[in-house]
Amino acid sequence: MGVRVQAEPFDVGTELNAFAKDRTDIGAVVSFTGVVRDTDGDLSEMQIEHYPGMTERAIGKIVDQAVKRWALADALVIHRYGTLKPGAPIMMVATAAAHRAAAFEAADFLMDYLKSRAPFWKKEITSIGADWVAAKDEDEDALNRW
Amino acid sequence: MNVMYFAWVRERIGIPQETVETQAATVNDLIAELRAREDRYEAAFADISALRVALDQELSDFDAPLAGVREVAFFPPMTGG
Repeated sequence: MGVRVQAEPFDVGTELNAFAKDRTDIGAVVSFTGVVRDTDGDLSEMQIEHYPGMTERAIGKIVDQAVKRWALADALVIHRYGTLKPGAPIMMVATAAAHRAAAFEAADFLMDYLKSRAPFWKKEITSIGADWVAAKDEDEDALNRW
Repeated sequence: MNVMYFAWVRERIGIPQETVETQAATVNDLIAELRAREDRYEAAFADISALRVALDQELSDFDAPLAGVREVAFFPPMTGG
């Protein structure tokens, strides 16, 4: 299991190649990458703030839950903070399991919980100014699925 | 106790954290004390429904007791992922 909270960029390909590399008892690896989206073509950068200490604890707990519930062979969460440019990967999750249903479901669960239970806050900087990204009701509702 | 502020809560109050001497029994009591201090606290805590609180780095509730708590953090709903 791995949880990394970092300012530095990461390479999704490198991370995925190394993930669960020596496991021969798994049949499925699922990954998700979150990317800085420039919806209106006006985003100069995204600033991500987090709560050092609580971030690692919160993500660790979510990962532990996923590993137990879906009997994962391995799980990885990388999440960046700091200043990111449009198109840059913000975060990734990867899950490894014997079968694909568990790997897909666990990755979906991890994303729903990271979205509204990991202490990160995003701010978008455009030509108009700076705006904090508001949490959506549906993100909170998504937790009820689990 | 150590009180921390994140995102727009931090911006409205103007500092990321401070040490607060308080006898407040609950989070709500602490908020009432802070709001009475200065306008910038009033601005940050005007709408509690827009806020979340963590006690010693665990998400908690506004009516939770503060006995034994060392670190309180106030922030808007999280936007990770």
